[in-house]
Amino acid sequence: MLRNRELTPEIEEWRQTIRQYAVDCGLDFFEVLYELVDYDEMNMIASYGGFPVRYPHWRWGMQFEELQKQYSYGLAKIYELVINNDPCYAYLMRCNPLVDQKLVMAHVYGHSDFFKNNCWFAHTNRKMVDTISNHAVRIRRHIDDQGQDVVEEFIDVCLSLENLIDPHLPYFAAGEKQSEETLDLARNEAQGVRFAAKPYMEEFVNPAEVLAKEKAAILNKIDESEKFPEDPEKDVLNFLLHHGQLRRWQRDVLSIIREEAYYFAPQGMTKIMNEGWASYWHSNMMTRNILDASELIDYADHHSGTLGSSPGVLNPYKVGIELFRDIKMRWDMGRHGKEWESCEDVHGKKEWDRDEDLGLKKIYEVRSTHNDITFIDEFLTEEFCDQHKMFTYKFDRQTGKYILDGRDFSSIKLAFLDQLSNCGRPRIQVQDGNYGNRGELLLKHIWSGTPLKLDYATRTLENLYKLWGRPVFLETIIEGKTKVLGFNGSAHDEKSSA
Amino acid sequence: MRKIDPDTNRFRNIVRGKIRENLKQYVSQGELLARQGKKVVSVPLPQIDIPNFRFGDSQQGGVGMGDGEVGEPIGEEQGPPGAEAGDQPGEHVIEVDVSLEELAEILGEELELPRIEPRGTESVKVEKDRYTGINRNGPESLRHFRRTFKAALRRQIASGSYDPKNPKVIPVREDRRYRSWNTKQVPQSNAVIIYMMDVSGSMGNEQKDIVRIESFWLDTWLQSQYENIETRYIIHDAQAKLVDAHTFFHVRESGGTKISSAYNLAKELIQKEFSPVEWNIYPFHFSDGDNWGGDDTAQCIRLLQEDLIPASNVFCYGQVKSAYGSGQFIKDLREGVGQDEKVLVSEINSRDEILPSIKTFLGKGC
Repeated sequence: MLRNRELTPEIEEWRQTIRQYAVDCGLDFFEVLYELVDYDEMNMIASYGGFPVRYPHWRWGMQFEELQKQYSYGLAKIYELVINNDPCYAYLMRCNPLVDQKLVMAHVYGHSDFFKNNCWFAHTNRKMVDTISNHAVRIRRHIDDQGQDVVEEFIDVCLSLENLIDPHLPYFAAGEKQSEETLDLARNEAQGVRFAAKPYMEEFVNPAEVLAKEKAAILNKIDESEKFPEDPEKDVLNFLLHHGQLRRWQRDVLSIIREEAYYFAPQGMTKIMNEGWASYWHSNMMTRNILDASELIDYADHHSGTLGSSPGVLNPYKVGIELFRDIKMRWDMGRHGKEWESCEDVHGKKEWDRDEDLGLKKIYEVRSTHNDITFIDEFLTEEFCDQHKMFTYKFDRQTGKYILDGRDFSSIKLAFLDQLSNCGRPRIQVQDGNYGNRGELLLKHIWSGTPLKLDYATRTLENLYKLWGRPVFLETIIEGKTKVLGFNGSAHDEKSSA
Repeated sequence: MRKIDPDTNRFRNIVRGKIRENLKQYVSQGELLARQGKKVVSVPLPQIDIPNFRFGDSQQGGVGMGDGEVGEPIGEEQGPPGAEAGDQPGEHVIEVDVSLEELAEILGEELELPRIEPRGTESVKVEKDRYTGINRNGPESLRHFRRTFKAALRRQIASGSYDPKNPKVIPVREDRRYRSWNTKQVPQSNAVIIYMMDVSGSMGNEQKDIVRIESFWLDTWLQSQYENIETRYIIHDAQAKLVDAHTFFHVRESGGTKISSAYNLAKELIQKEFSPVEWNIYPFHFSDGDNWGGDDTAQCIRLLQEDLIPASNVFCYGQVKSAYGSGQFIKDLREGVGQDEKVLVSEINSRDEILPSIKTFLGKGC
């Protein structure tokens, strides 16, 4: 079982060569440690999300079964697996031919560079391999204390709410919250302003009814500022962590789930860019330096396999690599900026080449500062959409199929951005932690035009209840009307508005 | 022992409903899809789907890439290609291109079906030709090219007419070698599947689909177990008829139901064509459980006890749920012949229950 995971001398030699090419290309990566594994080890590591050890949970087993079946029925196999860590860990499949190993190594250096330099990864934990195995230890300890079923059930509850985090949170300093001291001062003041006076003058200088009025006004003001939470909280998990009715071990488990969710979040936000960037560089290095002529066909086959798109489906690898190539071309030829955009001479545009040669610099800049949304927003052009035959589709109720809706640039871009916003998940925030002044919890679905899947939503509310310990509510829109779904521990209800 | 095995076992136990029973509600069986013209099937892949806040998936639009005119349907009837983050479990059903043999293997593996020990192997012998030897005479169509050349080469070397610098080898008449065969007596395992189905008015399309899918899988498995397999189809309402496969799955009759008519026909069929000494006999009967009142059920039981069960390897009855059927027959069967271990009954209330039902029927390995 425990076979040597060291690279073979041949692959090791190639690793050094490819690493040098990557450096020459200007890639600036975390050092990458490659390990050579068999397919079932590969599937196992992939099931664990790329990590060698995770806490015990059935869902790793489920993913493993799926991967094993796909592999053994010849449907899919995993080529590359790389984790965002310093150093980066990447796995190569032992049975792959050399050309695949070269491709994967080149690809992985692209990913490692992206992890290191893209600003959306700047706040991720770079020692996550260690952290995750510490998590496993902590959860095992809870299992020893509480029993596996209890802990696993609680993990399932947490996972049900796992996506209720705020991926942008790490980039903002904690907001100015009113401290308890200032609130205390205000409360003191609420006693009213009392002027000094001789005792016999007291009721004239400080009349009781005036004091009462002032006191009421100030208390009212405090109440206003004590809305709970003050501003709607997007990091629902954090709110539950601090205010839910949880036991100590439960709090610990929830914090682990939350930390891991935050670690994985940037990968969801940069899928197109990350894959595009890695593909751009593997293609570049493979075709210019690495490939042996005899490997060309195999390489082309695998490369087009990853980039190919079945009709109608958007392949993030494809969009990403083509956009990077497009950006490079445009900045090399100076096809950007005001002058280019306002040029209406078709022929002139076709011949446009200012020889600026800024493409490489530009794409490096883009990979540092953008995420998928800003990437598409800024660099998706009408020419690009035409060239790559992009379209929008919609659901046709009559035929029950998805049909091609149109090829209009602005609607493509809008739909694309929409698809990417919040990683394709609904936005949900804590609206009121003291709903109805009964300590109940109100979440609000920020409407973006698409309704929630209702049966899932009601079952998720049941899980939310388990963390909050009091009745929970969700405000959303159902069939055009604002509704509040509720669960009180035994029964669901639906009211027509908050 | 792999590190992940405990997790895998735990997952399997949840799927089987052994632990964490409250999770069972989230288990989807995956889909079991029969062959559609081309050999496309879906492998069952149980998944547990933890609920979360997500968009209703049926009306979401999006962006795609490729050719097509406005209004044309895109891709297959798949769901929308979502832009989900990579840590979500993907599709639940895998579509595979496989041969029927592989299919049977997959089925056997998934359901942990035992191999069938055919009976009557000793009694039935067939003559089989095996090409085992080489002969100097034979028809030209069986000429063994390489042996012929070898013989020619040997002859030329022996006679000294072979020149290594100009290696021409020309076979003459005597060099020719032919394949030859031996005829052997080999035991053969024969099986016949007799499908019986109630086609009275209460069996709707959905019910027939279930029967069709189930019988496809039964066929597939049994075919992998026997060398020679025959299939017969009987439909019945108040009367029974022997029909071909296409009619069996498509005909729709109305009227009453007399199950004994089908059992009678099956009995005659066995007597006429399939002697139990030579054949492994598998009668499968599907109905919605309604039978004509009176003594017909009693007659069915009698037919089973006296003729069908003794002749068969197993007798399987699958009851498909329909809106009209009373479902009484399965109870009568259990009462009448339920203690006989050759009788296997199962209720199939929905497509999801096809797999467990197949397991009931074939799980005993006889």
